[in-house]
Amino acid sequence: MNTNASNFVEQVDLAFYVIIGISLILLIGVTAVMIYFVVRYNKKKNPTATQIEGNNKLELIWTIIPTILVLIMFYYGWVGYEPMRNVPDDAIEVKAIGRMWSWTFEYDNGLKSDKLIVPLNKAVKLNLVSMDVNHALYIPAFRIKEDVVPGRNNFMWFEAQKLGSYDIFCAEYCGQRHAYMITKCDVIPVEEYNSWYAEGAQALANPSDDPVEAGYNTIKANGCIACHSTDGTKLVGPSFKGIFGTQRVVVTGDEERTVTVDEAYIINSIKHPNDDVVKDYMKGLMPGYDGQISDEDMDKIVFYIKSLGE
Amino acid sequence: MESEKMATEITPKGYVNFFEESHGLKSWIFTHDHKRIALLYFYGVVGFFLMGVVLGLLMKFEMITPGETIMKPQTYNSLFTLHGVIMVFLFIIPAVPAIFGNFFLPILIGADDVAFPKLNLLSWYLYVIGGIMALSTLILGDGPPDTGWTFYAPYSVKTGTNVIMAVMAAFVLGFSSILTGLNFIVTMHRMRAPGMDWMKMPLFPWALYATSWVQVLATPIIGITLLMVVAERVLGVGFFDPSIGGDPVLYQHLFWIYSHPAVYIMILPAMGLISEMIPVFVKKSIFGYKAIVYSSLAIAFVGYFVWGHHMFTSGMSGQARVVFSILTFLVAIPSGVKVFNWVATMFKGSIDLQTPLLYCMAFIFLFMIGGFTGLVVGALSADVHVHDTYFVVAHFHYVMFGGTGFAFIGALHYWYPKMFGRMYNKKVANIGFGVLFTGFNILYFPMFILGIQGMPRRYYDYLPEYSTWHKVSTMGSWVVAIGLIIIIANLVKAYRKGEPATGNVWGGITLEWETKSPPPLLNFDKPPTVTHGPYDYSILNK
Ligand code: HEC
Ligand SMILES: [Cu+2]
Ligand SMILES: [Cu+2]
Repeated sequence: MNTNASNFVEQVDLAFYVIIGISLILLIGVTAVMIYFVVRYNKKKNPTATQIEGNNKLELIWTIIPTILVLIMFYYGWVGYEPMRNVPDDAIEVKAIGRMWSWTFEYDNGLKSDKLIVPLNKAVKLNLVSMDVNHALYIPAFRIKEDVVPGRNNFMWFEAQKLGSYDIFCAEYCGQRHAYMITKCDVIPVEEYNSWYAEGAQALANPSDDPVEAGYNTIKANGCIACHSTDGTKLVGPSFKGIFGTQRVVVTGDEERTVTVDEAYIINSIKHPNDDVVKDYMKGLMPGYDGQISDEDMDKIVFYIKSLGE
Repeated sequence: MESEKMATEITPKGYVNFFEESHGLKSWIFTHDHKRIALLYFYGVVGFFLMGVVLGLLMKFEMITPGETIMKPQTYNSLFTLHGVIMVFLFIIPAVPAIFGNFFLPILIGADDVAFPKLNLLSWYLYVIGGIMALSTLILGDGPPDTGWTFYAPYSVKTGTNVIMAVMAAFVLGFSSILTGLNFIVTMHRMRAPGMDWMKMPLFPWALYATSWVQVLATPIIGITLLMVVAERVLGVGFFDPSIGGDPVLYQHLFWIYSHPAVYIMILPAMGLISEMIPVFVKKSIFGYKAIVYSSLAIAFVGYFVWGHHMFTSGMSGQARVVFSILTFLVAIPSGVKVFNWVATMFKGSIDLQTPLLYCMAFIFLFMIGGFTGLVVGALSADVHVHDTYFVVAHFHYVMFGGTGFAFIGALHYWYPKMFGRMYNKKVANIGFGVLFTGFNILYFPMFILGIQGMPRRYYDYLPEYSTWHKVSTMGSWVVAIGLIIIIANLVKAYRKGEPATGNVWGGITLEWETKSPPPLLNFDKPPTVTHGPYDYSILNK
């Protein structure tokens, strides 16, 4: 079990061992005594019971000893936890954005990735941002988890100690595709990380010449494809394929009306999705992206949706 | 004692028990008799329990393989929500107080009914209305809720499903619970038989006393919280959704300020049942009567201050997390004291290993596992790892099902002859117990392992490395189902064809064994006077 994949594993696992160890001894002990009594004092062997009302000394003993034991348990829990809230000053900061149902990791240079890429043996601090409902970022191998709560700036940190690719789960229930809000944390050597980071910065400076590819990258980075397909498949939201220029029945307030999918409609649908809800789709699922997506990126998205044909 | 002698004889001719007192549907649905109301609850609660079981079996079946097995994710999410709502609000909270409390609390303290019989009937109606409202989400509105039984905001504010109805159902059920609690408190203060001072009151009433205070004081908080969710959804008042100025963590505080004490509403009465049953089959006075009484009160009191342990990863301040963790460890102590006292009661007893005692032993064992794993999740660093994973799911099923569930079924076997006047087949009952106990552990123990491996809860799908233990767990759910079928079939058969039961089948000395089986309308032929402590088995030797 103990992989030492992060700096916290050892202390957290120690707390498990201490608590489960003490508990097992008590569990087995009490159960054995109970079964022994039932056999030894069976009514066939012991036809008359000896009446004992109680014993204050014993009551005291089995109050005090467990109190000491649980305080020991508390101590180990606390020791493993304490460092989790104290981030080293030189930690690399990454913004971890959770939304239904995908993660985006945003680096200092503006680089966005749907995987968390971190260097080996460097402290990394994740600033947790939710765009819609509660999520929780959980990396079991690192023994860390923290809720990603909208309107709150939670954080977590860790230092990866082993190269590899580790599962990241969303641990706080967040709706229909909660189980699919998973990705990976890739731990790579520092040099590799540095060049990945620099290349990413370059790529941002010279974005792809192909506007379709740029558009696709933008919707991917913003997590749209968790709910919208690009090939006509119906996910939680309507597919982007072939919608541009078509007629749409939407529900505005309580009224149904028909609109044409044009640029203005698309942009408003992204910024304020609840204004016009596409008929037969669920209201309130898509987060509003007003203020989250730059005008430039918005143009790329619109261009991309247009490019998927009419 | 004259009444005792009478009770041990087969019921005399011409005796009219509470079943025979009056007939017809009206005589039941407008009854004021606490025993009939208890049975009305019994049929409702068992019905909902079976529904919850079926939903659970379907969920487990979906989890037997990764990916889609028999349903889509939206269906799965509704299933675990309804399973939780039904099991928490319609089964485990009312089960012990509303059935056994209603039936036996008055008898155990020598009263002829509860203090407010009409209020008692009203609680049952609220229960039924709440239950119907919860189920109506299956067919009314935009689909059953998919929030989990915790209704966490802001998801519960945003989802398009029928959250309002489900939340209002929980609200109505809350009132049912408050009224029952109020009724019991007054009954115990006002209606104890002559000679029964507080320290001669049996331990099941004591447990109900502690529980009732929690019901009365804590339930209003969940009521107002749920109304706030409704106000937010309907009127757009920003309490919990930050996009309209609310705070999601506030919701969690409010929710758990009720729902942690509610855990004690679920377990304390069950502990009372165990304290009630063990002395009878050990023929010995309970060890440490006062310690058990005070530990019930201590649990009920300290239980108010530990709610934050459900939120160690929510972004609460570091100090708060530490304080909640320490208090959580301390609340474990009175539970431990009870376990030690139960086991010590068996020392030098004259033990008759009947079905109810088997359930008591299973309770002690499973409850210990539930309790110890509760310490794991009470420890800060360990909780960070296993919070919101299958570990927690296993933990609370060990406490709720392994604890309260087993105590409930055990008490049913203990009091069945008293309630229905007939005895079941004891051999079949023991087989049913064995199958249920085995199945239970196959079903839930693997979840501890899954949780430690990092499997999050409320996941419709999972990565292949988790499949083995999911498969084992699903198979365990089938064994549990078989166990339940055996148990229920045995009891149903006894109802029709069982041997008539004498007044005092187990040789107990609490007051319910001094009257006939089933009891008459007003419980006793002559109002009883109490001369000895509830478990003073030395009187048998005299
Ligand atoms: C959590 C799921 C989800 C995410 C993430 C999401 N959407 Fe949506 N989207 C929906 C749903 C559901 C609808 C239909 C209901 C509505 O109109 O609000 C929708 C509707 C739309 C529409 C209107 C489509 C039509 O056929 O009329 C557009 C355009 C759109 N989304 C764009 C986006 C873009 C761009 C992103 C990423 C920046 C995105 N969505 C992210 C769920 C999502
Ligand atoms: Cu999630
Ligand atoms: Cu709790």
